[in-house]
Amino acid sequence: MFVIGECINGTTPAVKEAIQNKDAEFFRDLTRRQEAAGASAIDVNVGPAVSDRKAGLLWLVEVVRSVTDLPLSIDTAKWDIMKEVVPQVPGEIVINSTKADPELVSDYVGLAVEHNARLIGLTIDADGVPSTTEKRVELGAQIVAMAMEGGLDIDRLYIDTIILPVNVSPKTPLVCLSAISQIRMFSDPSPHMVLGLSNVSQRCNNRGLINSTYLAMAMGHGLDAAIMDPLDTELMNTVITGDLLKEKMIYCDSYLEAARGS
Amino acid sequence: MTTTTDVSIAIPDVAEKWGGGINEVTIGATADSGGSRGSTVTIGGSKAVPFMSFEGSLGCKPAIAVEVWDIAPDALPPQLSEAYGDSLNSPGAWAKKAVEFGAELICLRLMGAHPDVADKSPDDCAAAVKEVLQAVDVPLIIWGCDVDEKDNQILPAVSSAANGENCLIGTAKEKNYRTLVAVCLADGHKLLAESPLDINIAKQVNILCSDAGYPLENIVVFPTTGALGYGIEYVYSIQERGRLAGLSGDKQLSQPVLCNVGYEAWRVKEAKDPPFDCVTDENRDQWGVMWEASTGVVLLQSGVELLVMRHPKAIEYINEAIKRFLPDK
Repeated sequence: MFVIGECINGTTPAVKEAIQNKDAEFFRDLTRRQEAAGASAIDVNVGPAVSDRKAGLLWLVEVVRSVTDLPLSIDTAKWDIMKEVVPQVPGEIVINSTKADPELVSDYVGLAVEHNARLIGLTIDADGVPSTTEKRVELGAQIVAMAMEGGLDIDRLYIDTIILPVNVSPKTPLVCLSAISQIRMFSDPSPHMVLGLSNVSQRCNNRGLINSTYLAMAMGHGLDAAIMDPLDTELMNTVITGDLLKEKMIYCDSYLEAARGS
Repeated sequence: MTTTTDVSIAIPDVAEKWGGGINEVTIGATADSGGSRGSTVTIGGSKAVPFMSFEGSLGCKPAIAVEVWDIAPDALPPQLSEAYGDSLNSPGAWAKKAVEFGAELICLRLMGAHPDVADKSPDDCAAAVKEVLQAVDVPLIIWGCDVDEKDNQILPAVSSAANGENCLIGTAKEKNYRTLVAVCLADGHKLLAESPLDINIAKQVNILCSDAGYPLENIVVFPTTGALGYGIEYVYSIQERGRLAGLSGDKQLSQPVLCNVGYEAWRVKEAKDPPFDCVTDENRDQWGVMWEASTGVVLLQSGVELLVMRHPKAIEYINEAIKRFLPDK
């Protein structure tokens, strides 16, 4: 599993405050802890914390990059910011993310190819988040086709089928699962499949349990990446155990420890 | 009238890409590095499945160790006792003979320490180690008597007797590894980690040794061996699974592997007293040799790096096989 650590997100109050205070040590610590917990990449989202988002994002990138060589997931919905920040990020990059509208995808694919970055493509278009599996698959296929056309190695493409909170959108969890299976099945080579996992349990009770249960279900359908909280030990145990059950590793009695050690 | 058409068909690239590799482990220390060996042996280092050189580096040439005991065995098959003669009565002389036969390392088994054999003391065992170290200058593998309690008494003494020689000492097992880890760390030896033909336990023993402070990079794995006709397909498949995991980046399965070829092959009746119609007085003595050589070739093909052997003729065959498989090494 490609675990993109979600903890540096300016929409959460503590992170917002630390951004406003330019508390670099807060972010260095949060980065180190996510990496130690097994994150494969670190998401960097400045959110609404500062008015100059580009400057805020660049500051965060510099601080985070100073303590990790992991890929940095540059998280902004604004193309203007993305296209200016990405060229200034040293090391490996995940572009997070593009929607499925053709003109957008084309720009993002070009940016990803130019900087040898991974790209996350959302199955959302101008009409918003689709309610059906079919529409998600169609938009996913559209992103895959455009990525291939634009010369992006499909191994660097991550399709996000958009999970919504189960309390407000009870059909979405299953719809997403079928979309993941189908996009996997229809594309050859197939892209990676990613979800913003924590979204499934927004404003719910038992958030950790919902997250880990859904993660296990989605891994069974072909999910191999997630934007999630690596500091949630139980959730990381689910990631490792899911990889074990998908024969990504060889069992031993201390397999959890083995996975964390390697 | 005939016409010819140029047809060019692209041949698909079937090479696998491997993200990991097998560790290189060096056994033995020359005077430069605090030992007294005339040479060292490095095994491992492959970054591709065995002998598929188009996929990546194959690392070091497989090495042959020859088995020597600290006590004359009382029931060695005649083909072996004839080959070694009187040298069997002294570990030093036996080791010299083994080097003549092509041993790159000596694998000294302390069977005399076994309570049911001669129950030799730690001092006796240490003396045997010293005798072999003085008799030959190739690197040493030192192997206990396979009784945990007794091994825990003798291994500290033999490790200390070979201090600085960078030996490979075994074996560490799932239920008995702490003593060996401690002495190998203290005296600078490599460690042989044993598992009962079980990939899960092989991985677990490595983790346990690593948690106890022993570096994964210095471990050689002994996955237990079966002879040809006695489950060698199972040995092969265990080795294959472990190797593919190691090449894919599993650090706990990236260790080079040792197999006990001679010991296993010469245990079976097909080697000692072949029960086949085609056996004649003329070819009877060849069966054991061929059984050992065939077992060794299968294990070579599975990627085993270190073969512990017995019969000089079988050693010759394996050396020829290695040359054939790896003409450039």
